Amino acid sequence: MVTRMTRLLNISQRYKATTIGAAAALILSACGEVPQTKPTSKTQGIVYCAEANPVSFNPQVTTTGSTIDIIANQLYNSLISIDPITAEFKPELATSWQISDDGKKITFKLRKDVAFHTTDYFTPSRTMNADDVIFSFSRLFDVYNPYHFVHDANYPYFQSVGMDQLIRKIIKVDEYTVRFELFSAESSLLSNIATDFAVILSEEYAMFRASEDKKHLFDTLPIGTGPYKYKHFLRDNLVRFHKHHAYWKHNHAVDQLVYDITTNNTTRIAKMLTKECDITSHPSATQLEALSQRKDIVVDKAVNLNVGYWAFNTEKPPFDNALVRKALAHSIDFDKIMQAVFYGNGIAAQSILPPSSWAYTPQAMPYYDPVKAKQYLTEAGFPNGFEMTLWAMPVSRIYNPNARKMAELIQSDLRQIGIRTRIVEYEWNTFIERIGRHEHDSVLLGWAADTPDPDNFFSPLLSCTATFTGKNPANWCNPEFDLLLTQALDTNDLKMRKFYYQQAQEMLIRELPLVPIAHGVRFQARSAEISGAELRPFGGVSLANVRKGTQ
Amino acid sequence: MLDYLLRRLSLLLFMLFALTAFTFSLNYLFPGDLLTNFSGQINTSFSQSQLLEEKYRIEDNVIVQYSAFIGRLIEGDWGVSLSSGQTVSSHVALLLPATLELCFYALVVAILLGIPAGIITSAYHKKWPDKVISTLTLLGFSIPVFWLALLLIMVFCLGFGWFPMSGRIGLLYEIPAVTNFILLDIWLLDFPYGGQAFLDALHHLALPTIVLAMYPTTVLTRFTRDSMLNVLEQNYIKTARAKGLNRRQIILDHALRNALLPVIKQIGLQFSTLITLAMVTEVIFSWPGIGRWLIDSIYQRDYPAIQGGLLAVSMFVIFANMLADLTHSLLDPVSRNQSHGKV
Repeated sequence: MVTRMTRLLNISQRYKATTIGAAAALILSACGEVPQTKPTSKTQGIVYCAEANPVSFNPQVTTTGSTIDIIANQLYNSLISIDPITAEFKPELATSWQISDDGKKITFKLRKDVAFHTTDYFTPSRTMNADDVIFSFSRLFDVYNPYHFVHDANYPYFQSVGMDQLIRKIIKVDEYTVRFELFSAESSLLSNIATDFAVILSEEYAMFRASEDKKHLFDTLPIGTGPYKYKHFLRDNLVRFHKHHAYWKHNHAVDQLVYDITTNNTTRIAKMLTKECDITSHPSATQLEALSQRKDIVVDKAVNLNVGYWAFNTEKPPFDNALVRKALAHSIDFDKIMQAVFYGNGIAAQSILPPSSWAYTPQAMPYYDPVKAKQYLTEAGFPNGFEMTLWAMPVSRIYNPNARKMAELIQSDLRQIGIRTRIVEYEWNTFIERIGRHEHDSVLLGWAADTPDPDNFFSPLLSCTATFTGKNPANWCNPEFDLLLTQALDTNDLKMRKFYYQQAQEMLIRELPLVPIAHGVRFQARSAEISGAELRPFGGVSLANVRKGTQ
Repeated sequence: MLDYLLRRLSLLLFMLFALTAFTFSLNYLFPGDLLTNFSGQINTSFSQSQLLEEKYRIEDNVIVQYSAFIGRLIEGDWGVSLSSGQTVSSHVALLLPATLELCFYALVVAILLGIPAGIITSAYHKKWPDKVISTLTLLGFSIPVFWLALLLIMVFCLGFGWFPMSGRIGLLYEIPAVTNFILLDIWLLDFPYGGQAFLDALHHLALPTIVLAMYPTTVLTRFTRDSMLNVLEQNYIKTARAKGLNRRQIILDHALRNALLPVIKQIGLQFSTLITLAMVTEVIFSWPGIGRWLIDSIYQRDYPAIQGGLLAVSMFVIFANMLADLTHSLLDPVSRNQSHGKV
């Protein structure tokens, strides 16, 4: 009994709150139950403080950045990936690939011995092969795929880039070779296959769920090939991943990865200070100073391909009038926004593309001029202004660290030209859903690129197909603009592509379905013990190589 | 006693009727589609809507709808949360224990501190212990709970780093939920992680419990003090004193039992205040309880969740009050003879 007590007291001494510890020890000894299990140290896992609940556990069905950050690179792999530095394609689940001369056939050789996750709900009997690849892609466009219509056949990314109309069929050449046959050669296809959305799912698991008649569970209880496997998700609380011991790439992933879902910015920072989080995404700019002064916390910074914008619902009057949009754009003091919202940690937008993109050409942006704005407004027939809603996203993202504050600044600027604004806020996932249904007048939102290809800024965001899939927050469908995008995709000549994208950028600023505001810089705060959590210029967060202390 | 019980039960039934009728009418009072408010299902197909209409008796009159509503409540079919797509009853089952746990510990702390403090103040009436404790209770009584919580977080979490500031347990401890009472669950699992998980859970409990216990502690202290002073004025106490009993004997043997009767009733009444305060505490300490969920649901206009949450919380408060009342009447024969039930 004495040894028991001392052992318990030893445990309690690790806590500075000795009174509570001692009380606990008394309770423990009173119960007479002394743990015999092997003590597991807390350091065998990492807690990542995330800003929102994941909406799904299958990256194919969503484009929400906060969700992709959590699931894509942790649970899954793509066929190929893009090197963040050289921007060249790298082999992942495919070891090599060949493109036919006419560009209409792409053949992938697959990696052998890639194991899927073994979990409480599924035990795979085979490793990854061509069937899995064919299943994963055919779900996106093949109406005969048993899973195509699960969750209303909504694959926003692929539908907005038109991938569902591009792939004619996928052929299984042999067990480890697949060939994509296309209707036409398209220059951005490979980079779309390399995005976080184009993951490889288990066909065997899909058939298992189908045989159980529980297809809806396929996207909520995931099976992938990534470094971590799904364990538990408690809404508004946590997501728990365990290490995938048979991961094909390496065996040094941490035993446990927990996402602490903390929607409040300040709380996330506070949790960094109390060491309840090891890493946190998007620390707000005001707190960067305070964080970087601490020795035990490191703030990482990386250039990122993204844009924060103010989009108008161009189908809804009076926003269908380009003059009104112009008036609104001229009434905003962008310098003030850069200072008050980005604290100098952002680049004022000169186009929809960020300067680090190869197709970037600076445009004549609308500048702050209330008199001119008023003039345009009178011309458009609204000398006395009107009322409108301004939707501000409730979470902090790279491209807009504080949409609420930005909305308030815009609100006060608009009041100068006689426009009364009501700011609308919803919980993030509801917000995205309602924007998708185009319930807004105007919205402050943004886009973070998934690939370095400039098309990623146009097709998923502003094309007509994006309007139909609810991705286009400007609700803007312009055939001329779409033609430019198609022309840019139809050629592999970099010079020609650049030319078309220049025109597209110019047209956007002329028509102003949305006003690009700024390009944010990606920040991440981590405890000094954490290493291997690299920031990439595009795509979601990858924690495959993250480790803590001396592990 | 049986008569009294029956009177109480009829009152309970009436209150439950009022409560369910109110919750039911919320479906009509909330904006939006009636069927969506009832079921929590949006964008239903035509055949699904037909089934739902059948189930919710939308075509029939309000009385039939209400009785169908009661039937579903009893079956445990509380609809589906709009924002999570899971059943409201599963949310309540998961979250209510967390709130109850917090309230229970806070109440235990309040009783253990408040009643002795009240006895001390009355025993030393108008002497320095009375003055010190009375000043402190006045202070504790006046501090808003959210301010106290933030203050404690600033000093003990961010300043000294002694306590964690959120949740029920370190997230890396994996405790499968059985009863959803975290300490109980850890105990049932035979203290995994070498007892560290249990200590960690206590560690997480400390600050929210202190914050939540502050208000009931001060109320109980003041109430015990007043009640004791009242009893000490009585003639039989004077008689006891005249007989030469010392202060300890008078207070412990004669005054205490009578003085505690109204206090016991007060403990039961504290539950409703506690639940309200718990909501604030839960939001600040990110405690995964029903209060935080209810507040989130209100923000998200998740009508089925708001209804379910309200119903669960108020039903719990009614039952807790009833239980306190019964205990009180067991100890106090006089109250049994009241001819009318009281809320």
